Amino acid sequence: MWRFIGSRLLQAIPVLFIVIALTFFLVRFAPGGPFSTEKAVVPEVKRALEAQYHLDQPLLVQFGSYLSDLARGDFGPSFKYPGRSVNELIAAGIPATAELGFYALIVAVVLGMTAGIVAALSPNTWRDYLPMSSAMIGICMPTFLLGPLLVLIFGLWLEWTPVSGWGEVPGDKILPSLTLGAAYAAYVARLTRSGLLEVLSQDYIRTARAKGLPNFIIVFKHALRGSLIPVVAFLGPAFAGLLSGSFVVETIFQVPGLGRFFVQAAFNRDYTLILGSTVFFAVLIVVFNLLSDVLAAWLNPRLRSGLGDRS
Amino acid sequence: MALLEVSNLSISFHTRHGVTKAIDNVSFSLEQGQTLGIVGESGSGKSVCCYSLLGLIPTPPGRIDSGTAFFAGQDLLNSSEEQLRQLRGNKIAMIFQDPMTSLNPFLRIGEQMIEPLIYHRNSNRRDARKQAIALLEEVGIRNPQRTYNCYPHEFSGGMRQRVMIAMALIAEPQLLIADEPTTALDVTVQKQILELINQLRLKRNLSVIFISHDLGVVADVADQVLVMNAGRMVEQGTTRSLFNHPEAEYTRKLLAAIPRGNKPTANRATVQTLLSVTELTTRFKTYHQGKQDELIAVNKVSFNLQRGEILGLVGESGSGKSTLGRSLLNLIPPSSGSVIFAGEELVGKNQHAMKPWRRRMQMIFQDPYASLNPRMTIYDALAEPLLLHGITTKKNLEQHVLHLMDDVGLARAYVRKYPHEFSGGQRQRIAIGRAIATKPEFVVADEPVSALDVTIQKQILELLLNLVEQHNLTMLFISHDLAVVRYLCDRIMVMRQGQLIEIAGTEILWNSPTHEYTKTLLSSSSTALG
Repeated sequence: MWRFIGSRLLQAIPVLFIVIALTFFLVRFAPGGPFSTEKAVVPEVKRALEAQYHLDQPLLVQFGSYLSDLARGDFGPSFKYPGRSVNELIAAGIPATAELGFYALIVAVVLGMTAGIVAALSPNTWRDYLPMSSAMIGICMPTFLLGPLLVLIFGLWLEWTPVSGWGEVPGDKILPSLTLGAAYAAYVARLTRSGLLEVLSQDYIRTARAKGLPNFIIVFKHALRGSLIPVVAFLGPAFAGLLSGSFVVETIFQVPGLGRFFVQAAFNRDYTLILGSTVFFAVLIVVFNLLSDVLAAWLNPRLRSGLGDRS
Repeated sequence: MALLEVSNLSISFHTRHGVTKAIDNVSFSLEQGQTLGIVGESGSGKSVCCYSLLGLIPTPPGRIDSGTAFFAGQDLLNSSEEQLRQLRGNKIAMIFQDPMTSLNPFLRIGEQMIEPLIYHRNSNRRDARKQAIALLEEVGIRNPQRTYNCYPHEFSGGMRQRVMIAMALIAEPQLLIADEPTTALDVTVQKQILELINQLRLKRNLSVIFISHDLGVVADVADQVLVMNAGRMVEQGTTRSLFNHPEAEYTRKLLAAIPRGNKPTANRATVQTLLSVTELTTRFKTYHQGKQDELIAVNKVSFNLQRGEILGLVGESGSGKSTLGRSLLNLIPPSSGSVIFAGEELVGKNQHAMKPWRRRMQMIFQDPYASLNPRMTIYDALAEPLLLHGITTKKNLEQHVLHLMDDVGLARAYVRKYPHEFSGGQRQRIAIGRAIATKPEFVVADEPVSALDVTIQKQILELLLNLVEQHNLTMLFISHDLAVVRYLCDRIMVMRQGQLIEIAGTEILWNSPTHEYTKTLLSSSSTALG
């Protein structure tokens, strides 16, 4: 098992390198730069700025020094936030984004699995159609529509929750988490339903029924585990997506998270911040994919011994 | 009073496409300690009948129309789901056909075994574990302490069926319903499992309902036999009288369909050698416990095949017989050795170089449903090889396909239908038609009748014999069923663990096998009717 994890981490190095290289050169080739503004800057000032950030050196040299800084865990200084390093900016944004992502994940898993299980237990009845059509709506509805809609209903009409903010008044974390988790909950619901329906038609479920086991045990002990494998496979990459994709929600609800920096950095051509956030999210995606593979193997004894073979 | 008394049971399935009567007026009874065999072909309702007693058929679409069923005085058909649940696995236990899929792959064997004790007897886990280990030992599992914590995939089919049996018996039921418990197993394993069931039955004074399509097996184990066809009872009686003096027409037909005796047609083998195999070896790489290992599936096999001959290849699962068949056709590239077909060495030829030879050598597979493309009509399936090998022109294609259908006994009207619209026997006819489409000289038939009912099996065997004659085919016929091989083949070859054990003329091998393993195989195959 440890060897499996180790080899997967080694495989991640070339992946990360390609991501870094692509991002590095793409943002450089995009028109504009961190110091080109509408106001004309005195050429000397601009040159001095570029020299300070080593932008006057050949591109490959810059790339090399960026990589060597990165290897030491240094994302470099931000171009647009003078005096602050990218490391500081990311560290400042992580807590809110991670917390939001975590709550959204809980929303996705709890809501999604409950809906999926209810639907699979009575297929083709209203208990199936209702959660599944809600799930369809959840998938179709973009967060920038769902967020304001929830604010309108629960914040303004019903006045149950605050309309925005993060950690300022009690309950202000509910709506952002719901908004971000909704689409993922919908996917989880559909995956759980189809997985569970498939498992329930297996021979070994018939065996469990022939043993006279109570229905509850059949569903939760015998069937659910097998049907969760596709859900887990989805959740790994999804959680990384939750974190990196939260900027719309962060903007709607004024959450001081990472997503904000990410978007602003792109507009500002803040090269180091763009690169830093991209690398950070790439690492997250790699780690969570690995985590979901390990979890899937843990769920499936046949895969588990397959992994054991190589360790 | 009988332990189980079923009278006038009728069950129908109500679907969008109408009402199907699955069980029509079936009655039987079973005494304590007795075995009732229920025999019938697929779709005869033999399983539905037993499942319905325990509330295991989905309702809807299933509906019990009439009848009564009493088990030890309890009215089964008017019991609530909760009452039936308390019977299942407790007083009435079941084992199923496919031990590979009937155990939960996600749970340890011990955990699955003790469930009946925990949910029916409120046992604590420690006592249950003790009982489970004792029972595993009793059903012949070595090292039960360790086995208890294993997962199903770590066992062979025969071992899993033993676990299934132990699990069924753990709560000491009075009635065991065994639904085709040995159909998926090798003959020698089948014999062991049948003996095991019989032993346990005597020891516990257990009643058994034994559902099977295999008359030979039922004749071995049952006291009473019930023959079913299309949901109706055909005949019922003691095993002895039913097999010796069958009264119903259908029973006689079933008995007559069992292949027995030797080949009805003349040996067509010529002196001309079509296929010459020398020291053929096929290896696979495997990974086990971290080490790369090699599995020698076919180990230095040598034999000759004469033009016009039907050579039978028998062996248990894992003996390498299918790998040998595929290696001959270069579908699996052999590791070493030589295969000379019509004077040409095939080993080492790449896929491109094989193409002209593919036309001359074809394969028929076991499962015609899995090996026919579900999105191609039979017309497409039969036309494809004809066009691919340039055997016919576009203009004559339709005529050619229709002729092929005549050859394999399929009505021409079916030509635009898809595989799922056919029965198993018809699908196998399509697969055979596809194989002979290119007018091959050599055909490898890999268990072509194993998935078929006995009456259909007989038809397909007749068809193969006819085609061999008409098209002057040479055939390698792979099967685990010795009676079928004896009926069809001129010579028989026995394989075990990748090695060729014995090869001899059919009747010589049948009557005086020289190798110990061949003797075991022959004695394991059900001889009650042979």
